[in-house]
Amino acid sequence: MKRFNKVFTILVLIFLYVPMLVLAVASFNRGSDIATWSGFTFSQYGELFRDGTLLPLLANSLLLAVISAVVATVLGTMAAIGIHNMRGRLRTATIFVTNIPMTNPEIVTGVSLALLFAFAGTMLKRNDVFSFGTLLVAHVTFNLPYVILSVLPKLSQMEPDLQDAALDLGCTPLQAFFKVMIHEILPGVISGALMSFTMSLDDFVISYFVFGPSFVTLPVEIYNYTKKPLHPKIYALFTLLFAVILLVMVVMNLLQARDESRVGTLRRRKRAS
Amino acid sequence: MSKELIRLVNCRMAFDNEVILNDINLYINDKEFLTLLGPSGCGKTTTLRIIGGFLTPTSGDVLFEGVRINDVPPHKRRVNTVFQRYALFPHLDVYENIAFGLRLKKLPEKEIDARVTEMLEVVSLKGFQNRSVSSLSGGQQQRVAIARALVLRPEVLLLDEPLGALDLRLRKDMQQELKRIQQQMGITFIYVTHDQEEALAMSDTVVVMNEGIIQQIGSPEAIYNEPKNAFVADFIGESNILDGIMRADRCVEIFGRRFACVDSGFAPNEPVDVVIRPEDVDIVPPDAGHLCGDVTSVTFKGMNYDIIVDFAGFKWLIQTSDYCPVGAHIGIRIEPDGIHVMKKSVYSGMFGDYSSYSAEYDEINDPDADLGEEVFDPGDGEVVK
Repeated sequence: MKRFNKVFTILVLIFLYVPMLVLAVASFNRGSDIATWSGFTFSQYGELFRDGTLLPLLANSLLLAVISAVVATVLGTMAAIGIHNMRGRLRTATIFVTNIPMTNPEIVTGVSLALLFAFAGTMLKRNDVFSFGTLLVAHVTFNLPYVILSVLPKLSQMEPDLQDAALDLGCTPLQAFFKVMIHEILPGVISGALMSFTMSLDDFVISYFVFGPSFVTLPVEIYNYTKKPLHPKIYALFTLLFAVILLVMVVMNLLQARDESRVGTLRRRKRAS
Repeated sequence: MSKELIRLVNCRMAFDNEVILNDINLYINDKEFLTLLGPSGCGKTTTLRIIGGFLTPTSGDVLFEGVRINDVPPHKRRVNTVFQRYALFPHLDVYENIAFGLRLKKLPEKEIDARVTEMLEVVSLKGFQNRSVSSLSGGQQQRVAIARALVLRPEVLLLDEPLGALDLRLRKDMQQELKRIQQQMGITFIYVTHDQEEALAMSDTVVVMNEGIIQQIGSPEAIYNEPKNAFVADFIGESNILDGIMRADRCVEIFGRRFACVDSGFAPNEPVDVVIRPEDVDIVPPDAGHLCGDVTSVTFKGMNYDIIVDFAGFKWLIQTSDYCPVGAHIGIRIEPDGIHVMKKSVYSGMFGDYSSYSAEYDEINDPDADLGEEVFDPGDGEVVK
């Protein structure tokens, strides 16, 4: 049974990572046929960086990911604090409503946002509403629940008297937040921000419905590419993207592990004393 | 006691129609050690939080030196709080925790350093300044919390069950320590606890609360010796509480027999609650006792034995240094000042009976029951037949 577990785990990992591995290997392949290995090269990467269209798109995606993550983190943290201070039914209801966008099919969110923006455009008598702005609003919208979900538990773990203690010692409510509470919930805020960043960076479905010709993101453009045979430099791009996301996830996990061990030590100490 | 500092006038607090505090009227003097004492849920912490500014009463006024401060936020009040679980800032070390309030006041670094160092000495934590607060024991964290609040030189220090998380030994030490700090700093302490021993040992004034109502305010001695109702009598120390009838001034009838007491001012034949503390009962041979009963249980408590004596169904707790075996038939005597008479209250009949059941309760009013001789003692200790 134990052996079966091991084998099964390895199988799952293979299924999960083999596609990425194939892609990464292909990005270092000299030839353009994915099925035949014709030698190691960095030339696909060279070509990628010389490419005049892909890199600006990557910059667009990164820009959108960073800005939407920042906005979502600020708004989401504020929302989480608001929800944390609610009581009873109202709180349950608010958490339920905030979670819906996460389970809602992306395509539904995308279409409904597109309709909303089109409607707003008609009302404002403008035909160029689809732009960076609509993408930003859409990305912040789907990122918000993730931020709220990662900050809320940190708020509940926080010693409830900490805020009162800060106020008692002379803080205004705003000072209490920045001098005391932020330190307690920071791990949650950071993991919310990183999550938002990755979600935003690789979003295709929702972006596809709300982007405008003035601002196109990488996943949307790549979708257009896939209609014709792929140039191997795309493999290089994917490999880089995967590496970025992997890095972010590793950082996030490390932060979480550190935080958990910190909380763990505190608890142990508390129990011991 | 000196001038009045804080006054609560008709303070009422209700959350979602649940009344937490019901018309609290209380004043607190300068340099007083006042304790709010009561079981959990009695409203003592709510009262403290109203004084601290973390809660605003639903109605009523909070006055500080005669000025209404209902709407003054906590950071503008001249009071500081020591929280139940200390609420130290985990991201700061001991020194920075204590310096926190001083830094907010933007005091010069030199003064901050001098005052923090002074406080470290007051709470006996010299040399701990660079330790992280999570590396401290409960007692040490407690001291940091006290130092952090006291360093701001508040006029009033609020303490919310500060010793609740400590073990018994440490708690006793900290009681002494707190009393010493209060006297050394010369400031008012408002202390919340559910531990009656702690309240009696430390306070100048004890405020006994239950169900959002102040039951009694008084010195520890007054609270113990002259409880106002059955709740206070039972909550502070051990009490046998009996039904009685006040036959005349200084004469109360219990179990159909008259006893001399020191209380007066009741209406003739007024039904009353009678408190007899377990340590005020003398054990004598059956033929010399005011009442006779059978020992049903004995517990060795170190300093004394706790014995339960059955007086025809009503069980008393008696504390004595004389060993009486289970089943012994003993007599008891009660001196007049060992009897305390209280007016009937909503708590009558709820406390002070050490029976597990009182099926035989009716026997008590049966004059033929073998309870020993009837006594009426006018005050000189002589038994009058």
